[in-house]
Amino acid sequence: MISCLPLDLAIGALLLWLGLGLSGFLLGGWPTLARRLIFPLSSVVALLLTIAGFTALTATPDNLLLRGPLPALPWSFQTDPLSGYFLILLGSLAFAVSLFSTGYFQSLPGLRLRRLLLQYHGFLLGMGLVLLANNVFTFLVAWEIMALTSYFLVVTEHEEADNRRAGFLYLLIAHLGALAILLGFVVLAGAAMAQGGPFSALLHASLSPFWASTAFLLTFFGFGAKAGLLPLHLWLPEAHPAAPAPVSALMSGAMLQMAFYGLLRVDFLCLDALAPWWGPLVLVAGLATALFGVLFAAIQTDMKRLLAYSSIENMGLILVAFGLALIFRTHGLNALAALALAAALYHALNHAFFKGLLFLGSGSVLHGTGSVAMDRLGGLIRQMPQTAFFMLLGTLAIAGLPPLNGFVSEWLLLQAFLLSPALPQSTLSAVLPLAASGVVLAVALAAYAMVKFYGITFLGQPRGARHAHEAGRWERAAMLLLSIACVFLGLFPDLLLRLLYPVLEEMLGQGLTAQPGWWWLTPISAQRASYSPVLFFLGMAATLGLSFFMIWRFFGRPLRQVAIWACGFPVRTPAMQDSPLGFAQPLLRIFAPLYPTERVEDADSRWRLRVGDPVYRGLYQPLNRIAFWLSAQVLRLQRGRITLYLLYSFLTLLILLAIWR
Amino acid sequence: MTAILMEVAQVLLVAFLAPLFAGLLRALRAILQNRRPAGCWQNYRDLYRLFHKESLQAEGTSWLFRFAPYGIFAAFCLAAGIIPILATGLPLAPAADVIALVGLFALARVFQVLAAMDTGTPFATLGAHREMLIAGLAEPALLATLFTASLLSQSTSLSVIVAHLEQLRFALHPSMVFAATAFFMVLLAENARIPVDNPATHLELTMIHEAMLLEYSGRHLALMEWGAQIKLVLYVAIGIALFLPWGIAPAGQLTALPLTLTALLLKFAAAALALASVETLLAKLRLFRAPEFMATAFLLGVIGLLSFFMLGA
Repeated sequence: MISCLPLDLAIGALLLWLGLGLSGFLLGGWPTLARRLIFPLSSVVALLLTIAGFTALTATPDNLLLRGPLPALPWSFQTDPLSGYFLILLGSLAFAVSLFSTGYFQSLPGLRLRRLLLQYHGFLLGMGLVLLANNVFTFLVAWEIMALTSYFLVVTEHEEADNRRAGFLYLLIAHLGALAILLGFVVLAGAAMAQGGPFSALLHASLSPFWASTAFLLTFFGFGAKAGLLPLHLWLPEAHPAAPAPVSALMSGAMLQMAFYGLLRVDFLCLDALAPWWGPLVLVAGLATALFGVLFAAIQTDMKRLLAYSSIENMGLILVAFGLALIFRTHGLNALAALALAAALYHALNHAFFKGLLFLGSGSVLHGTGSVAMDRLGGLIRQMPQTAFFMLLGTLAIAGLPPLNGFVSEWLLLQAFLLSPALPQSTLSAVLPLAASGVVLAVALAAYAMVKFYGITFLGQPRGARHAHEAGRWERAAMLLLSIACVFLGLFPDLLLRLLYPVLEEMLGQGLTAQPGWWWLTPISAQRASYSPVLFFLGMAATLGLSFFMIWRFFGRPLRQVAIWACGFPVRTPAMQDSPLGFAQPLLRIFAPLYPTERVEDADSRWRLRVGDPVYRGLYQPLNRIAFWLSAQVLRLQRGRITLYLLYSFLTLLILLAIWR
Repeated sequence: MTAILMEVAQVLLVAFLAPLFAGLLRALRAILQNRRPAGCWQNYRDLYRLFHKESLQAEGTSWLFRFAPYGIFAAFCLAAGIIPILATGLPLAPAADVIALVGLFALARVFQVLAAMDTGTPFATLGAHREMLIAGLAEPALLATLFTASLLSQSTSLSVIVAHLEQLRFALHPSMVFAATAFFMVLLAENARIPVDNPATHLELTMIHEAMLLEYSGRHLALMEWGAQIKLVLYVAIGIALFLPWGIAPAGQLTALPLTLTALLLKFAAAALALASVETLLAKLRLFRAPEFMATAFLLGVIGLLSFFMLGA
């Protein structure tokens, strides 16, 4: 009975979410009641799911088979440490986001709120089902629920043409990816095996290297489309600004990680006939994605668009770690693969927390000021001090600064990179540290982008948005929880790594070496590398307190407020500060070939610089043209004469017969 | 017990002798440029004067503006306890390895940049994004050099690296020569020295580091200046630990201390001379030439890494 607890609990939680969504839909006539009742309950359910995740880490893997509508395709669910870890991620993020939503959707009209409640919980349900799915059929259905509900959430504010366009782009790429995943599964499962069998039946599927690689490429493409892999990232910066803030937080924090989960489940666990080039491929793709994401995050002028590009960067980093794990595993170095995988999984959870926090915060900024356009914001630290403080923690965390959580995963990743001399192949081991430098560049530029994000929005002088008000109680509570999570994961990394042991055991049959104590982080050996966030933090606090006390004691005099020195100029306007694009000007200049810029004249006869996405122009527009051209060619077949169509059918039959024979 | 005492002694020594090193550098530079130096102790006089002056807070700035000087100063003091300068194996040393040390410097920098953006003046924000740019480009080069050293000694802990390199006894490693050159270039860039930035500049448009301090005065400015001096000493100390570690004894060996101190004195004097001559011989680069400078440093670091793999040393 105890052993099947996590699965029952998880399925129960998902059913409760479904019930909450439906009852929210019915309660839509009383919007305040629905919002105040459903969202907090949803948080409680999220907590249940988190508990289910924790128990799944240690319980024995468990599964459940339900007869479905089609006899050959039963519903199949399971929990194991891997899905348990991602259930924790989903549950804890959903907990905070639902709390936030209680306060956030205040001004939403009743009709829209009831639809949103249904779609929101459908989205959570879809993500939960993805994690519990144990066969191809269930997985794909769950994947589709997740994609469709999130599409509807993206177009919540569908009056604006931009939002509809963003939603369509998202739907298109999501389905392109889903199609690739489906094809990958077809290759993987083969004609011989029924699609209803569990994932473990796919394991050790005896595939020839060619078909294994085909399946790998297809699924990598498909999950990459969801994860925002380089040429497929285009929907992210469109969909995130369009969606309401809590939805963006969930999509960026949790849904992108579902893609990573899929990669782990299918490409790492099921496909063990590893070709040596898979790992390098994933690593290079991840690194390109990370660098691209961060370079474009730095030049954005919209808060949520900036965060979307930053999500692309973070997914890139996770893929780099994943690729490194693949490389190590191919060469039989499972202990090292465990370290790289731990870095990837750690970063996935970190990203859920800090990106969730930042998206929620930008939602509060939108409510407080009516805008997320950074060239209208500024100085919010005075009007929204608490939000500004939480956002500061999120910014420091995502910029990879110690002693917060973003640094821990970066540190683990770099340590894994430094172990590359253990690889038997000398070229690979010599090139890997260069990739590590690329990772460092991405992280350093991420600091650039995030400092810009925080500095332009919360510091300096207001740039014209209306007077802001502080976020509501529910919103602040949610942000407080997420920032506590960021600090906690930063200070006590060993506690989380302990949670990761069963996951790593399952994936590689090997955990990390034991730690000397909970305040140390020594993944390999104390001699090799050590980092103690607690000691670090205490040392910092002690020196800070001491220097503050001494200086106050000996030289303490009250501060005098004076006007800012404007270099002798009589006038100082907010426009003299850096604009959001101006802050990124050095990057625009150094990496000029990357950025397609155009100067447009606005209504006030001022030149404005506009920077697009090169992938859109370089890849999507040509593809678009080719598609239109092909359609035009196909159109020639359509003549509107029934005799001609009969002729087509006849010819088709003839050809088929010829082939069949 | 001796280890803890040495730890405290090291932090105090670095903190209180850092102005002397910066003053020595200034004096040497003046002599090389045919000027009459103000003496090695000028920085102490400056700090004394600033500490006794009134501090002003620019209108409309937040708590970040007041917090940043203390935060930055504390970060550098903590770093002074981690880097092996007097001895290896100090109690605080395992708290952070080289990568965490770079993260600590980045933390200090981000606070400095945020404090500058808090004032919202044109020059401060100009300095802010330039600082982030230089740092962003310098960090990969820095990590490439640190990787070379840590691959050689199979550790990222500075203490272990020092202990390992000391055993090697003056062997010339090609990879370390490249890494040392790259590190020196990064040191110049990170500490706002010529040719990337000019610490003595008074022209706002070319400022990077100084532009961010424009609104600070009194004790806050003193802390910022002092912090920058400590940072320079720390970078030199990291360079010594990586490339000239001979003479640093394990903690607790009091008998080795005189030798260590003598060696340290010589090394720092040599570093001051090298820095002063570089700053005299080179002109400041245009801002947009700085990325090329960083790229050169990065390439040297990469060559160092590659030669480690090809030559195994």
